[in-house]
Amino acid sequence: MRVFWTLWKREVASAFYTPMAWVILFFLLLVTGFNFYAGVSVLNHGPTEVTVVESFFNTIFFWFAFLLLFPLLTMRLFSEEYRSGTIEPLMTAPVRDAQVVLAKFFGVLFLYCVLWIPTGLYFLIFWWQTRLQAAGAIGAYIGSYLLLLLMGAFYLSIGCFCSSLTRHQITAAVMTFCLVSLVFFASLLSFLSGSIGTLMRSVSISFSPIDQMTEFSRGLYDTRPIIWYLVMTGLFLFLTLQSFQSRRWR
Amino acid sequence: MIVVHGLTKSYGPTDAVRDLSFSVKRGEIVGFLGPNGAGKSTTMKILCGYLPADSGEIRIAGFDIFSDSIKARSRIGYLPENVPLYPEMRVGEYLAYRAALKGVRPRRIPEKVEDALELCNLRPVQRQLIGTLSKGYRQRVGLADALVNEPDILILDEPTIGLDPNQIRDIRNLIRSLASRHTILLSSHILSEVEMTCSRVMILNKGEIIASGTPAELRDRSGSSLSGAIRLELLAPEKAAQEALRKLPGIASVNSLGMKGDWTILEILPSSIDPRVALFEEIVRKGWKLRELSAHEASLEEIFTSLVASASKTSSPTTSRS
Repeated sequence: MRVFWTLWKREVASAFYTPMAWVILFFLLLVTGFNFYAGVSVLNHGPTEVTVVESFFNTIFFWFAFLLLFPLLTMRLFSEEYRSGTIEPLMTAPVRDAQVVLAKFFGVLFLYCVLWIPTGLYFLIFWWQTRLQAAGAIGAYIGSYLLLLLMGAFYLSIGCFCSSLTRHQITAAVMTFCLVSLVFFASLLSFLSGSIGTLMRSVSISFSPIDQMTEFSRGLYDTRPIIWYLVMTGLFLFLTLQSFQSRRWR
Repeated sequence: MIVVHGLTKSYGPTDAVRDLSFSVKRGEIVGFLGPNGAGKSTTMKILCGYLPADSGEIRIAGFDIFSDSIKARSRIGYLPENVPLYPEMRVGEYLAYRAALKGVRPRRIPEKVEDALELCNLRPVQRQLIGTLSKGYRQRVGLADALVNEPDILILDEPTIGLDPNQIRDIRNLIRSLASRHTILLSSHILSEVEMTCSRVMILNKGEIIASGTPAELRDRSGSSLSGAIRLELLAPEKAAQEALRKLPGIASVNSLGMKGDWTILEILPSSIDPRVALFEEIVRKGWKLRELSAHEASLEEIFTSLVASASKTSSPTTSRS
C-alpha cells in the first residue's frame, strides 16, 4: 500500500508540475462557464421545465468539453514513461505492475475530480445572487456529479488502456478519443433505419449517457448504469494491466 | 551474490545473449566489456528483472529474479544506460520518491537521501529541477538513485558514458569507494576504464563470454605477456647486431629501424618466451653499449581486439571460463 501511495502522489504531483493540468483546467472552466451563462440566460425567456443544473450538464458545449478531457488527461500516463525510458528505473524498483496501473488510474481520476470542483462554484454563485436553488433538490447535484464520476472512471480507464499500448502520446490520444466517442455515441444506433429492432433500440437508449444524465440530473438514480460503469472500468483496468505486462514480451 | 546459469535471450531471429553463465561474489567489482551490441545492456536488463530471459536461471542474493522478482529487485540498485529521469522533479525530491519506492522506512528517508546527495556530490543542485541539469549531474543523480536504499548489488550500465574526463575520474573514484559496501557489476566499452576500476573483467562478444579474468590474467592468456615489440638502441654495427641477436632463443624477427647518430635502433618481435634477459646477456658478452631496452606490454585494448577478431573468425568461443 505504501508503494501505491508513493506512486499515486508522484502521478498527481507531476500533473500539476507540468502546465498540462492547468491548461486543461483553464479551458474546461472557460467552456463550462459559458455553458453556465447560457443555462442561466434560458431563465430570461420566461418559465421553463428544466432546472439550471439539468441544462448545465446536458448541452453540446458541455459534452464536447467532456469528451475532449479524456485523451488530454490520459495520453501521457504510460506513453510518456515508455518514450522517455523512465519505465526502466520504475520497473526495476521493487514495484508490482498492478500497483503502477492502479496508481496511474487513481492519480488521473483524482485529477479529473479536481477539475470538476470549481464548477460547483457556479451553483453557489447562482444561489448567492438569486437566493434560488439551481436544482429541485440536493439529490440532483449528487446525481449529476455521481454520473460524471462514474462515466469519468470508465472513460479514463479506456484512456489508460490506450496509453499503455503505445509510446506515442498522440497515437494514444487519438485512440482514446475514438474509443470514448464510440462508446458515448453508441446510443445513436437508435437513429438507424427501422432495420434495428425495438429491443436493440431500448438497449441502446439505456446506454446513452445523454439520457442517463437527463435522469441523474433530476435526482433519479438508475442502478443499471452505475453497475455498468463500474464493471467496465474494472474490465479496462484489467486490459491495461495485461497490455502493460505484455511490454516484456514485445 | 549474482549467479547466472545458461542465460539465453533473443529478439526475434537475432540472439542477443547466448547461453551465458557467470557468477559474481560479494565485494567484487566486475566489468562487462564488449563492443556495442555485444549483449551487455540486455544482460543487465535481464538481471534487474526488466526483461524476461528466454531460458536460464538467475539468482540475485539467493532470490530467483523471475519467481521472486520483488525480493530480488529490492537488493539491486540499477543505473540504466542514458539515465532516464523525470525532468519535472527536483533532485532531492526525486531521491526521496525513489527511496520510498524501494521500501526505505519513511522516518529514514531524509537521512538516506542526505547520504546519497553527499556521496554523489549533489548538494549544490539539491533543489534544482532535473530537467535543467547537465549530463554529468544527471549521471550522478542516477547513481544516487541506485545507491539510495543501500542495496547489496549495484548494476551500472555505462556509468561514465558521455562525461568529460574530470567527471569520468570522479565517477570512477566514487565507484571504487563503493566497492567496500556493495557488489558491483558495470559495463563499458572503454577498456582503460574497466581496467582501472574492476577486479575482474568479462569480455562479451555477440552474446557470449569470450574471456574472463583479472586484467593481468587476460594479458597472460593472450599468449606471451609481451605481445608487442621490443625496442633496442645500442652502439654496434647494424648488420652484425642483427645477425647475432636473431640466433637467440625466443626471437621471431629482428628489424632495423635505422640509425640515430651512431646508435643502431632495432625492433625485435618475440616468439613464445620472453627474450629480454637473453638479449641483454648477448649484448654484454659482445661488449656493445646499450642505452634502451624497452618492451611494450600488451594493453587490454590489444587483447580485446585480438580476442574479438579471433572469436568472430571462428565464431566459437576461444577461451571461456567463469
